[in-house]
Formats: sequence, C-alpha cells, structure tokens
Amino acid sequence: MAEAPLDTIAGKQAVLEKMPDHPAVKAVAAWKAESVVDALYDRGELSITVAPENIVEAVAAMKDAGFNAYEDMTSVDWLPSEPRFQLTYHILSHAFKQRIRIKAWVSGDSPAIESITSVFPGANFYEREVFDLFGIRFEGHPNLRRIMMPEEWVGHPLRKDYPVEGYR
Amino acid sequence: MPDVGTPILQAPTAEGAKDQHMVLNMGPQHPSTHGVLRLVLEIDGEIVVRLYPEVGYLHTGIEKTCESKFYQQVVPLTDRVDYLGPMANNLCYCLAVEKLLALEIPERAVWIRVLLTELTRINSHLIWLGTHAMDIGALTVFLYTFREREEILRIFEAVSGQRMMTSYFRIGGLAMEPPLDLFDRIQKFINTLPEKIDEYSNLLTGNPIFRNRLLGVGILTPEDAIALAVTGPTLRGSGVDFDLRRDMPYSGYEKFQFRVPVSNRCDCWGRYEVRLEEMRESIKIIQQALDGMPGGPVKADAPKIILPDREKMKTQMEALIHHFKIVTEGFNVPAGEVFQTIESGHGTMGYYVVSDGTAKPYRVHMRYPGFASLQALETMCQGRMLADVVAVIGSIDIVLGEIDR
Repeated sequence: MAEAPLDTIAGKQAVLEKMPDHPAVKAVAAWKAESVVDALYDRGELSITVAPENIVEAVAAMKDAGFNAYEDMTSVDWLPSEPRFQLTYHILSHAFKQRIRIKAWVSGDSPAIESITSVFPGANFYEREVFDLFGIRFEGHPNLRRIMMPEEWVGHPLRKDYPVEGYR
Repeated sequence: MPDVGTPILQAPTAEGAKDQHMVLNMGPQHPSTHGVLRLVLEIDGEIVVRLYPEVGYLHTGIEKTCESKFYQQVVPLTDRVDYLGPMANNLCYCLAVEKLLALEIPERAVWIRVLLTELTRINSHLIWLGTHAMDIGALTVFLYTFREREEILRIFEAVSGQRMMTSYFRIGGLAMEPPLDLFDRIQKFINTLPEKIDEYSNLLTGNPIFRNRLLGVGILTPEDAIALAVTGPTLRGSGVDFDLRRDMPYSGYEKFQFRVPVSNRCDCWGRYEVRLEEMRESIKIIQQALDGMPGGPVKADAPKIILPDREKMKTQMEALIHHFKIVTEGFNVPAGEVFQTIESGHGTMGYYVVSDGTAKPYRVHMRYPGFASLQALETMCQGRMLADVVAVIGSIDIVLGEIDR
C-alpha cells in the first residue's frame, strides 16, 4: 500500500513555524493566531481549522489577504463522533495561485453556523445545498431553502444515518 | 455586492408594481434550457425585473451513491455527471484518488490523458456552439458542429468501446493501451479541424443577427464574476486571466505550450470569442501531445490497485489473486482528504475526496462550474429583454447533469 507523502506538517505550531512564507499562514498569523484550532499541511494542501463562531471573520481575513475567489464549500458527516459535522471551505487566490482549505466543526444536535454569503455571495447555492442535504442551518443566509430535494422532503440524504436503499 | 436571486413564489414584490409586473415560469421542459432547468421570472412587459433559478430536477444523489462503492467503481459514476465531457470527469476523480494514494502515473498514460481530455474539451465546446447558435436562431451551425463531434465520438468509441460514457481513465493509469491506429486518426481529425472552426466562424462572426443578439448582452463584470464563483470560459470572457491548466498545472500540463484566450468584453460575445479561440488552442495541445507521445506502459506498477491484464490473469497465479482481491474487496486508501481541481470545458471542476482508510470513499463531493455560473444568471439578465435570457443561458454553457448531480 502506498504511504502518505512524507512532507506532512501536522499541528498548528508546526505549520506556523515551518511555513512562515505561505501567504495563507501569514494571513492567519496576522489575523489572530490564537483563534486557529488546528492546522495541517498534507499532500500539498493547507488546511486550517477554526472555531465555528469565528468562521466569517476567518474567511474575511483570508479574502483581505488575497484569497479572492471562493471555490467550494461542503460538509462531511462523521457520525457517531462529536462534533459531528465538518464544514470545509475552499478558497483560491488568483494572485498567489494557491488554495486554502478552512474547516470548522459543528455539533450534531441542531447544527448551525454563520453564513459566509456576506463575504462571498457565491457561497449562496452551496450553503443551500449543505442545508438541504445535511440539515445544517446557516444563520444570516438570505434564502435558506432546499435546493436539490423537493420542499416537502423529510430528512437530509447525505447524512450517514440516511439509508442508501429501502424505506426511511 | 451582486444578488444571487430571491425566491419569486407568488406575487411580484417590487415597489408599486402590483398590477404591471407578471410572474412567468420558464422550464423545466423548455428547449433552450439545455436540460431541465426551471426559471421563475418577474417581468415588466418584456423586461426582466428578477430571475430565480429553481434547480434539482435531475438530482440523482450521485455523491451519496459514491459512498457505497469501491474507489474503482466510482469512475463510471463520474461519467454521468457532466455527460458532455466524460474524460474530464474521469481525469479529475482519478487524479484526486491518485493524490490520496501518492501514486505515480507512467508518462505515456499522462500524455494520453491530456490528449483525450483536450479532445473532450473540443467535444464540449462543439456542442455548446451548435446549441447556442440554435437558441439564437442559426440552425445550420448545429448540423456542422455535430458532424465534427461525431468523429470525436467515434474516436472515443475506438478507445474505450463507448461513445459517451467512456470510463477510460482508471485509478493508476488507463484501462488499456489505445488501438494502434488511434494517433493517426486523431492526427487526421485535427488536420481538418482548424478550417472547420473557420467555417463556423464564417457562419456566425459576421452574421448581423447573431452579433446583435450577443453584443452587449449578459454583462458580467470581472468583480461580480469572481464574487459569484464563476469560473472557466465565462470568467475569462469577463476579462479575468486565470486558467488552472497554466496557473496551477496538473497532469503534466506544464509541459505544453498554449495561450489562454481572454476577452475584455464581459458579454455573451466575449464568451463566444473565448470558447472559439480555446478550441484552436486545444488543437495545439493535441498536436504537441501527438508529436511528443512517449512510449512505455499505460498503467502504474501497483498490482494491488490496478487490475492485471487479461492474459496475465489467466496464466499467472499472483495476477489472479490480485484480480480477485481488487474486484471483491477493493483496495484501501490511506486516510486523508484532497481537493483536486482541473479546468474542464465549462470551468473549474473539483473533486473533494475524503478517505477514512477503508476501500470505500467516506465522502465524495463534486464541485462543478455550472452550479456556480447559474448564480450569476440574475446579475446578467436583470434589466434586459426576456429573449436575452435564452442567449445568456446559452453563453454560460451549463449542463444540468453537473448542476443537480
């Protein structure tokens, strides 16, 4: 079996120390390094985990630092662990030609996080998709309705406790 | 800050417009929506006041299906997402899993992948050009572009046995060595293609009806385009010079020389110019790939991940065991997460694959350009005539399979 590449840098302190020249790391250090929960550089991709209440601030700080193009957001359901949902934002910088992944964890019962549509309006449909398929509410979203499933649908299909076949 | 559209459910809500404005439903069964897109429009006479896309009519839950398949079984599913660019889907998914596995792909497989992905881009652009022109009213071009597309589909069939759902790229390389006459066929095809593109251009570029329907229609400023996560030719038609193939090269694209066409017009015409030029650039990449095609194997040396050749499987015990293991148990992928993006015919395609160390992906998220482009539709259509909506939908080149997934 292939091994994971060796140039993995795990842990917040290690990333802040070993990659001081990376534009995103600089931005994080300039924003407030103490609100970063965790950081990981793995397979050439940098991930930064922040507390869910800081997500809008973190995304805005990245935008100010030159990560101008919102690309993607989605969620991963880690049932049965708690906090259950991992939210993943991918933001690209056209100037640095670099991408950063911002992660936040939200709890399983009545999951909610602040919407980033005030910073990146392009996240609108993506947040609706996560709301529809995972049941995570986005506070401050202008139009939080189901997007893929019919309005009257019960349940959130991409959750791990939603069966792939048979009746619900 | 551009608006992404607010739901138009019953009555018009614009100030003092109760009696003059009308709510119009367009689609999902409308020929110009390229599938099952439904638009709800609030119109003042013929002027679009608000526009709201309702998607989800083609939602098949592909992301959920992926979670119950082995890694190698997901490849055929990816074809069905953006069904007009099958090889690009395969490439993006395979690159993502190969990144997770840290698997090196032989040079020849990489080059053949680039060659076929560029053919896919031409295929996708040909369909776009034909249907876009047809929406505008120029029916002839459709017949011409489908003539060339037919040859591309025949090449795909020769390579993989399938015309549209190719599944030719596999994790770790290609399904098999391509047929012997393939490169000659592609060479013959691209020798004639530039003059065919001139032919389309002759039919459309000087055509006064086509010009008037596109010039100045569907304005999308560069700031709005970036804010609404628009990518690909639509972004470059708005004057933003960014192409993943050149700026964040993947799958050996750094070895190829090509130009990235950009238009500062920011309207439907700009997008038309960019895509037409992109086809010519793709021909250059294909020519370079044909000229420099290296020899060697088309599969990586990883017997536990890649199915053995048929002949080996029948004669060698180890190969038979590996084959049995891969088919029945799959292969474990080290835990981790990757986000792999490529520049598909429509824009930035991205696969976010999360592995928990087992043989099935824990989560596969697909980021497709059409979903984001649709957000920009209201910004482009507001204040324009109803008929321009059709031109704008054509110009952002959406495929509903990739939007609803």
